[in-house]
Amino acid sequence: MSDLRTQAEEIHEQFSDELDVSVDDVVERLDTLVNEYKVPLNEARRSVVNTYLDDAGMDRDALQGGGNETVQISDIDAPEEWIDLSAKVVELWEPRADAVAQVGLLGDETGTVKFTKWSKSDLPELEEEKVYSLRNVVTDEYQGRFSVKLNRTTTIEELDEEIEVGDDDVEIDGALVDIQSGSGLIKRCPEEDCTRVLQNGRCSEHGEVDGEFDLRIKGVVDDGRDVHEVIFNQEATEDLTGITLDQAQEMAMDALDTSVVADEMRVKTLGRYYRIRGPTLGRYVLANETEELSEPTDPESVLIKARSI
Amino acid sequence: MSSTPTREVARRVFAREFNDAAHTFKESDDDRAPVYLLLPTGEQANRVFVVGTLTETDDVGEDSEYWRGRVVDPTGSFFVYAGQYQPDAASMLREVETPTHVAVVGKPRTYEDESGDTYVSVRPEAVVDLDENEAAYRRWVVETAERTLDRIEAYDDEANEYGQMARETYDLPVDQYKRMVVEALESLDGETDDVEASV
Repeated sequence: MSDLRTQAEEIHEQFSDELDVSVDDVVERLDTLVNEYKVPLNEARRSVVNTYLDDAGMDRDALQGGGNETVQISDIDAPEEWIDLSAKVVELWEPRADAVAQVGLLGDETGTVKFTKWSKSDLPELEEEKVYSLRNVVTDEYQGRFSVKLNRTTTIEELDEEIEVGDDDVEIDGALVDIQSGSGLIKRCPEEDCTRVLQNGRCSEHGEVDGEFDLRIKGVVDDGRDVHEVIFNQEATEDLTGITLDQAQEMAMDALDTSVVADEMRVKTLGRYYRIRGPTLGRYVLANETEELSEPTDPESVLIKARSI
Repeated sequence: MSSTPTREVARRVFAREFNDAAHTFKESDDDRAPVYLLLPTGEQANRVFVVGTLTETDDVGEDSEYWRGRVVDPTGSFFVYAGQYQPDAASMLREVETPTHVAVVGKPRTYEDESGDTYVSVRPEAVVDLDENEAAYRRWVVETAERTLDRIEAYDDEANEYGQMARETYDLPVDQYKRMVVEALESLDGETDDVEASV
């Protein structure tokens, strides 16, 4: 029933400028179709929308453009909003479920956002690197990350223009004050699509497995004001520590203990200042670029401030 | 809200101000609630980050090893104590050759002697030998100067409850810390040798 109401609210929003209908009216129409006549929900929705289109003397195109705000990707800050976007398809990923026709990353000048296109929505294919006007997409949120969903009412129009995709990376400067457990030379589950880190040779999903070695650091970067948790993948860890995966395996073999790797990493990196750039994922920053801040900062401007207070 | 407790920021504070602090407090009655040291410039510190010169290490333990390190910044010395519950820090202090630049991450601890004097020290989570890493030391001094000035500027704000708490708790003119900041920054103009000699 809540699903019905959500759909009804969406439909109501689309027509609220044109028609004097209440959400309850829409719910009632949907309910009749779905629960009395056993019409599938998406068909019921289409039918109800068509009814209102007729009532309002509108055609479908007018509806789809109607009332939405054209937003930039970095402005997406709430779930369940109907918006229009002009964006480039930056990447297409392999859909993991049959219900998903396409999934990937859209970008504009202000940043990037994940998109999902449902199979049942029956929309044209998007191609990588092409720029589209996407009207009537819905925002969604999962663990603090926003995405957009293309749906049955979305219109897709290819645009003959170029978009320079900006990044939504954050940049943080600070001291590396902690390297947390689970860092260093780790083993991951080799099962397909499972990259869980093994605990004592066991995967929490697949039990005892022959793990694959990987390098990772879960670090804490602190500038005295804010704390950032940063994840360094294999490449970023090698870059930060100068220890390659091969060397790490050798160290662990010599010591008959993998923890020597994390210990050595602590010695080489803790207490140093770094500038780190990368996207955020939940509460983590994923380090794409790391630079040690080896140039001393200039005390002059702070000295001037100190004398002026 | 997430169930993970928020990690406490590592405050930047010069040794002189750190050693002037004496008051600790908790923000809730929970046994596990974090303990804060009230800094005289008006901020709560549950963790500190220090880069300085480790000049001396001593085993001051009676029954078991208990290592004390003296970490010098341009304004004074931090005392760092590591025993059996800080094995990594203790073995670092046992083996390191002084003098050397070190970075310390740790928790402020206070100790009151029989005469009622309070001593403040650092219980390290990590002590790292930075060798010749002059840049990290200079960066820390400038950063600590900036953070200290931020606190001094906010000291008298009505909304700054820790500023108010510091005014009520300590009879210390905040101006003296402004002079301390200037001295600390000026010490960077000379050679490093001067920094150590001036302490």
